[in-house]
Amino acid sequence: MNKEECEVKPLASVEELQNLREQARRKLAERGEKIQVKVHLGTCGISSGANKVLEAFLREVEARKLSDVVILRAACIGLCGVEPVVTVITPGQKRVIYTDVTEDKVPQIVEQHLVGGKVVGEWTLDEAVPLLKLQEIRVMHNQDLDPTNIEEYIARDGYQALAKVLTGMRPEEVIEEVGKAGLRGRGGAGFPTARKWGFVRSSPGEEKYVVCNGDEGDPGAYMNRAVLEGNPHSIIEGMVIGAYAIGNVRQGYAYIRAEYPLAIETLSHAIAQAREYGFLGKNILGTGFEFSLDIFPGAGAFVCGEETALLGSIEGKRGNPRQRPPFPANKGLFGQPTTLNNVETWSDVPQIIVRGADWFASVGTEGSKGTKTLCLVGKINNTGLVEVPLGTPLGQIVFDIGGGIPDGKKYKAVQIGGPSGGVIPAQHIDVPVDYEAVTALGAIMGSGGLVVMDEDSCMVDVAKYFLGFTRDEACGKCVPCRAGIPAMLAILTKISRGEGTMEDLDILAELGEMVASASLCGLGQTSPNPVLTTLRHFREEYESHIIDKRCPAGVCKALVAYHALEDKCLPCLEAVAGYDAGGYEALSAALPELVPERLVTKLQTSVCAVELARFSMTVPAQNKSCTKCPPCRLGIAQMVSLLDDIATGRGKLEMLDLLFELGDTMRVASECPVGKTAPDIVLFTLEHFRDHFEAHILDRRCPAGICQKTLSYHTICPLRAGAPT
Amino acid sequence: MERIETEAPAREEIGAGYAGRIFRQIQRVIDDTGGQAGTLIRVLQQAQGLIGYLPPPVLKTISRDLKIPLSELYGIVSFYHFFTMVPKGRHVIQICLGTSCYVKGGQRLLDTLKKDSGLEPEGITPDGKFSLETVRCLGCCGLSPVMAIGDDVHRKVKPGEIKDILSPYE
Repeated sequence: MNKEECEVKPLASVEELQNLREQARRKLAERGEKIQVKVHLGTCGISSGANKVLEAFLREVEARKLSDVVILRAACIGLCGVEPVVTVITPGQKRVIYTDVTEDKVPQIVEQHLVGGKVVGEWTLDEAVPLLKLQEIRVMHNQDLDPTNIEEYIARDGYQALAKVLTGMRPEEVIEEVGKAGLRGRGGAGFPTARKWGFVRSSPGEEKYVVCNGDEGDPGAYMNRAVLEGNPHSIIEGMVIGAYAIGNVRQGYAYIRAEYPLAIETLSHAIAQAREYGFLGKNILGTGFEFSLDIFPGAGAFVCGEETALLGSIEGKRGNPRQRPPFPANKGLFGQPTTLNNVETWSDVPQIIVRGADWFASVGTEGSKGTKTLCLVGKINNTGLVEVPLGTPLGQIVFDIGGGIPDGKKYKAVQIGGPSGGVIPAQHIDVPVDYEAVTALGAIMGSGGLVVMDEDSCMVDVAKYFLGFTRDEACGKCVPCRAGIPAMLAILTKISRGEGTMEDLDILAELGEMVASASLCGLGQTSPNPVLTTLRHFREEYESHIIDKRCPAGVCKALVAYHALEDKCLPCLEAVAGYDAGGYEALSAALPELVPERLVTKLQTSVCAVELARFSMTVPAQNKSCTKCPPCRLGIAQMVSLLDDIATGRGKLEMLDLLFELGDTMRVASECPVGKTAPDIVLFTLEHFRDHFEAHILDRRCPAGICQKTLSYHTICPLRAGAPT
Repeated sequence: MERIETEAPAREEIGAGYAGRIFRQIQRVIDDTGGQAGTLIRVLQQAQGLIGYLPPPVLKTISRDLKIPLSELYGIVSFYHFFTMVPKGRHVIQICLGTSCYVKGGQRLLDTLKKDSGLEPEGITPDGKFSLETVRCLGCCGLSPVMAIGDDVHRKVKPGEIKDILSPYE
């Protein structure tokens, strides 16, 4: 922001606003005659080094004295997986989006594109990809502007809605217009906004409040952060309009979660600017309307996204939800009627006023109008933030916009709505993403986080994860939630260890319904959703954990066993001299012995640690390692030969360190769990029974008299590359 | 970081030195709020901003001056994740265990860190260099799994890279 803009007096009338808009538009138009380079500086971008890219551009342009190029800051445009992102706009041409920009790429972009006029094709994102084409950008329409510059917002018809409302609409008309648009709460529950405002308006009270809920706590969701960071003035404008429509509101609060420092900073800056320009304060745009807005940074509690908990938190209390009724519309903040809306809901309001209810309702479905920002994360190619009309089929979002599942894996489900939501399995890929259709499948729309899962995701584990989350985040006030969630979690843990029974599934469902119906607040009421939906759509996966003691996705650690692959290992195993089918079976049966506690007892009593270490290595050498990656193939061979030496009285003390190092390398560098876990026993025995090893080396014999020249179960894999015979 | 081990001093007894300076600053924070409704959380945030944690003497001072029972204060401090009553390391490692990071291996990062450095969540290394926290979502889901050290966010971290990531921190 430059100095002259700071010194603007508060705008005293709508005419002054219109003049300023003309002025701001002229500035933007002048800038449009130059080549504009926009570096997108959202939280994701900055984490990926966008600030360095910005500096590099500034440096490079300065060094070359390019007077027709302007370097600008802009907000996140949602391409989170390929940050840092830079947009280049040349007058009269289409914009060009560079992805994965690094400092090193900057000189070439400047040289070839900004100076030479030739796009560096291989680093750009094709404008025609479905990712961009199928989106309907409305809430995020200002993400290409500098969020710290209010004049850019004004040039894009910012605060026009406010002017229209304050000078030409009665409060009832505003509520009516929002109602006609069909705007529903974007925070999750989808309650019609106009009705909420109507309640608060008709509720008696001299001092009412409007609050913006920016406590976006759902893991996997950050749409609100993007709007807060990218379009903060639209939220402020929406809240002033809301305050006017509701009446008797002089103070508003924006509750922003503490984990979003940049969002808090951007919005604080925007509020200060709005105050300076007269969009907040005692005499807004000279109309005598009064409203001020303050930020309240949260302190890290998921439950504070619940409205009564959030209000309690602003009052300086623990964020415990309370019984409703009375609803906040009647008794909210400081006991006064209060309306709470989500960031995105507030942000939708100005556009409804300026462009009209019909424009807003022109996309969407019968019951769900407008667009919704969604976060596409998890196992998906195009991770990021997208905005689509409500009612867009899920498949289109996942496969066309999201670009499908990486690594050719199979699409399994999508988790929508965070810990309060549920999973939608692959067979419902055509479901339109709107409030009703998603709820019908047992999930909820939530704030818009879509976590995509592939065949490697275990549904029991997912349910366990979310329940663990809600257990930690529950406030502990009401019994159904406090006691019910841990009880369900205990059952899930049991199932994931292979100790569950079929009866558990019924208890789980029953407990889930109890917690859902009897809990005090939304957190408890929705917390069983992840369990109930996975039970409903993936019951066979639960059954396979219980009956077959198997985790089909290979996630639940207790149930994962590494099997010799029939097609790969059998030909090899058959070739191994002396191999008999009992060898592998015998090892499987012996596996329980490898639990550390039992192992220690056993080793202390009778068994020789060296012998055990040696045996443990021959097994992966024989039939577990596929010999593809060197750390595993060569590591095993070398460890076996070292252990052979030690066991047979040819050892040296340095060998122990070498063994440690080899084992460590294998753990870190092997490609798969076979190699990573192969040295476990050796490292374990080395750590706890070093004396056994030292006895072998120093006394040149096995104190227990067990170690022999050759291991009795010794069969050598012909693939033992590099090992001395 | 120097630790504050004194009892809460009375207003007139605040002495010189580090602790005295801190208490004076906290007193100023409390006075600035002017007894408005709902200031407690802000006071706690600013107090923690000054010294990094909220030891009992500080809580006692706040309790006395804002006239809020210490028990209630404790209830609030223990409720919000942001507040801590134990000191943090010079560098705070945050491992994100949000959904996206979780499905992409955030837990493995945590396990590796636990194994390699003996750090437990909410724990601190003996030299006070690092402390470890798990967080629910840093909002960088496109870069999962994510590990933040102070303000630096490290993207798409693999367990084997942790050592190298930590080594430059002093």
